[in-house]
Amino acid sequence: MNAADRISRYSSQERANHWMVALLFVLAALSGLALFHPAFFFLSDFFGGGTWDRILHPFLGVLMFLSFLGLMARFWSHNRYTPADREWLKRIGDVLGNREEGLDTGKYNAGQKTLFWVMVVTTILLLISGVIIWQPWFAPYFPIALLRVAVVVHSLSAWVLIAGIFVHIYAAIWVKGTVRAMTRGYVSRAWAKKHHPAWYREIGK
Amino acid sequence: MASQSLDIARRSATTTQPPNVRGDVPKVAKLIDISKCIGCKACQAACMEWNDYRDKVGTCNGTYNNPPDLDADQWTVMRFTEYEPEGGKLEWLIRKDGCMHCADPGCLKACPAPGAIVQYGNGIVDFHEEHCIGCGYCITGCPFDIPRLSKKDGKAYKCTLCSDRVAVGLEPACIKSCPTGALVFGTKDDMIHHAEGRIADLNSRGFAQAALYDPKGVGGTHVMYVLPHGDKPEIYDRLPKDPGISPWVSVWKGVTKPILGLGLGVIALGGFIHYVTKGPNEADDEDAKEDKHERR
Repeated sequence: MNAADRISRYSSQERANHWMVALLFVLAALSGLALFHPAFFFLSDFFGGGTWDRILHPFLGVLMFLSFLGLMARFWSHNRYTPADREWLKRIGDVLGNREEGLDTGKYNAGQKTLFWVMVVTTILLLISGVIIWQPWFAPYFPIALLRVAVVVHSLSAWVLIAGIFVHIYAAIWVKGTVRAMTRGYVSRAWAKKHHPAWYREIGK
Repeated sequence: MASQSLDIARRSATTTQPPNVRGDVPKVAKLIDISKCIGCKACQAACMEWNDYRDKVGTCNGTYNNPPDLDADQWTVMRFTEYEPEGGKLEWLIRKDGCMHCADPGCLKACPAPGAIVQYGNGIVDFHEEHCIGCGYCITGCPFDIPRLSKKDGKAYKCTLCSDRVAVGLEPACIKSCPTGALVFGTKDDMIHHAEGRIADLNSRGFAQAALYDPKGVGGTHVMYVLPHGDKPEIYDRLPKDPGISPWVSVWKGVTKPILGLGLGVIALGGFIHYVTKGPNEADDEDAKEDKHERR
């Protein structure tokens, strides 16, 4: 791609931060799924067995949360909902059918924003519930009735987050030219104009 | 510990049938007759001796409870309660606490480590610590607050009902040591029959509410009590009146998780189907041309 046809979308710090979170998410998700259902228990082998899986998982989770704080700070203001988002959500069928013409989307569309807030809420819930059930350091200080609830909150939020990340990854594969924004930092001007016209105009000024 | 002669009815975090070829093994039970217990703690000592654990020496907390609570190194404790029924009387209630060996064990249901908790064909619920990962979920599953995580090795421990002794036809160590016959062991049917006799005797001695404690909420238990005040189990140091696995554990582990696990697969499949039917969303030459036009 011609340098003149590029628009910068993510700085190198933003990319590094994103991939740090992504890596820790994968490790936390795999080690967590191992404890979610027996069908996934084999995943604990990647972490050195069940006991190591149990030991490492909370540390991976806390590191993920800390690095996600960076992403929150960087992207928080870009993810406030605007009137254009209402229109996008109304035309979700068109969006999924690759007919997004006429939508005046800014840097992020309503789907991306929703995913951002889902990640904010679930990672906070995961942190709180995870600390409560963390053996042997913190769990003994909480009543058993609370541990029972925390286990459910933890796995339910994890499920929502993992499902959300599935959508996030698929969307990046589906909308061509998106992955490069996070690997190289730029998108094509045509990409910006087609998918994020309001942002395109703002940048073009 | 695993024993070849014991069939395994259920195994934690295992979705297929564990080895159970002999199938119809008689169910065993320990019966604790509270009306006969004198609180001598011989059973506590016998448990320590046979199972070879020694809890650290603690301090007196002002009661006869010694040690004051169950621990990874203390699988049974006498719990003493001073109970004052109407009429200015005083009764000294002594309950031998420990694993109840539920027919429907919440610990086993909650455990995510394959084979860390098993239920033998004879009803004994046993922890296999070599498979335990130390997550503490068994603690959330238990309605009786029994399992304890060891500070030494991070594994969960509790009463085994001397599964090793029972496997070779011996009675549990606590039964062997009891000097008053407050502890008896045999098939569950025999123990229920024995309890009926004890309850009739208690009834004739003014304990009209005497009853067998074999709570249905956990499918019955393989450790049962004869309670002189059968209508008030909670006076025996908080013995739950109607114990059951918390719905937070049972519903979640029972149906929700397989459905959610499948849900992730459906979402992934949905993405794939969307890609091959709707295709990628690509900025084409037309968009590039428009962009060039606007830039001019």
